[in-house]
Amino acid sequence: MEKHCTDSQVKGVSTGTTILAAIFDGGVVIGSDSRASIGGEYVSSKTINKVIQVHDQIFCCMAGSLADAQFVTKAAKSHLAFHSVQMENPPLVIAAASVLKELCYKNKEELQAGFLTAGWDRKKGPQVYVVSLGGMLVSQPVTIGGSGSTYIYGYVDAKYKPNMSREECLQFATNALALAMGRDNVSGGVAHLVVIQETGVEHVVVPGDKLPKFHDE
Amino acid sequence: YALENIIHLKQIRHINIMLLISFVLMQDGVVLGADTRATSSEVVADKMCAKIHYIAPNIYCCGAGTAADTKKTTELLSSNLTIFSMNSGRNPRVVMAVNILQDMLYRYRGQIGANLLLGGVDCTGNHLYEVDPYGSVDKVPYIAMGSGDLAALGILEDGFKPDLELEKAKELVRAAIHAGIMSDLGSGNNIDICVITRRGVDYIRPYQDSEYKDNRYKKMKYKYRPGTTPVLTEKVVPLKLEVVQETVQQMDTA
Repeated sequence: MEKHCTDSQVKGVSTGTTILAAIFDGGVVIGSDSRASIGGEYVSSKTINKVIQVHDQIFCCMAGSLADAQFVTKAAKSHLAFHSVQMENPPLVIAAASVLKELCYKNKEELQAGFLTAGWDRKKGPQVYVVSLGGMLVSQPVTIGGSGSTYIYGYVDAKYKPNMSREECLQFATNALALAMGRDNVSGGVAHLVVIQETGVEHVVVPGDKLPKFHDE
Repeated sequence: YALENIIHLKQIRHINIMLLISFVLMQDGVVLGADTRATSSEVVADKMCAKIHYIAPNIYCCGAGTAADTKKTTELLSSNLTIFSMNSGRNPRVVMAVNILQDMLYRYRGQIGANLLLGGVDCTGNHLYEVDPYGSVDKVPYIAMGSGDLAALGILEDGFKPDLELEKAKELVRAAIHAGIMSDLGSGNNIDICVITRRGVDYIRPYQDSEYKDNRYKKMKYKYRPGTTPVLTEKVVPLKLEVVQETVQQMDTA
């Protein structure tokens, strides 16, 4: 009695997700939904954590196969901790993104995982990087990923403004996630958001029933 | 046509634990439950199989999937954890067991068919983790896995509350497994329950006997009295042995 549907390309549990990261004035917001699914038809977890802290002020969001993504982030975490000890300094966000990129690129045949990395460092301030499936590394001010992202490209392109305030950016991120979760069947649950600024890190969790509603709901 | 129906191609039938296991995090511990049926395709291979495996004195693991894989993986995990415990002088933590398991299963890329639920109580509190064959991990307050999991999950979703008392938690797990047994062909027979608290472990096997138990076993005796088989003839042949050679070699014990 195999539950596993072979239509989905991802082996095992998939994060089938919506992830996003955006830079605002003085910091960065990174967020995701919290649904993990198998075969695109069974929700195996309603509260999976996809926003992983890889260093004090650097977070990354995972998309793709849950097993691959968890493994890569664990490896990256240990890599970065070692790098930090060697340099006697907190790592730069680009270092974190590069660690993920190396793992994804070198093992692109076996892995099926993509990441968003966001954080704050002293050299360049708030930054967002995307590491895609094959291992491409790109820096962008705002970025979305996962299967649910296709439904919010228009919203993000229209509504994102550089140098927003913290509240505006949080509202923008919450709205974007809510819209994607409303249309994508493999995204859902709660919205996990992390705000990273020079002063520190703050977690914001918006439960499903407190998400903004749009028209037909 | 008639021949086609009779001839079955014999495939390798490995024993599957298409089972039902569920866990609940309660007030001061963890309650694990499992059914006791192991199947080999459509035949029940084991009516009283133990699906709740020992990992450490304070950590137990339920395994669903391929029987051999779950048994071997949990044994490996248990011995690794014991060695670690001795080397570091610390009691094992559930999160360490989970990490070892994740590394092991991820390395084999899902070829090890072990769906494991780890639960235990350590110095950091009560924990429940679910590990998939591909190596993904999820920390959960309650979970059901196996072929009968959807039925059990219905009961758990309805009845679970944070900080349940012991008796309510045991009853919830029992009801969940029972629902799975009733709705799924791959689950059945008795129900085992394992309660882990800070004070210790209570492994109740079986917690509830199957309603369809075969009572003939109570009346049938497999042991035979001496004298049941009549002796027809008896012949004793003594073997005459002579000492041919004797050598003494001193052991250097200085």
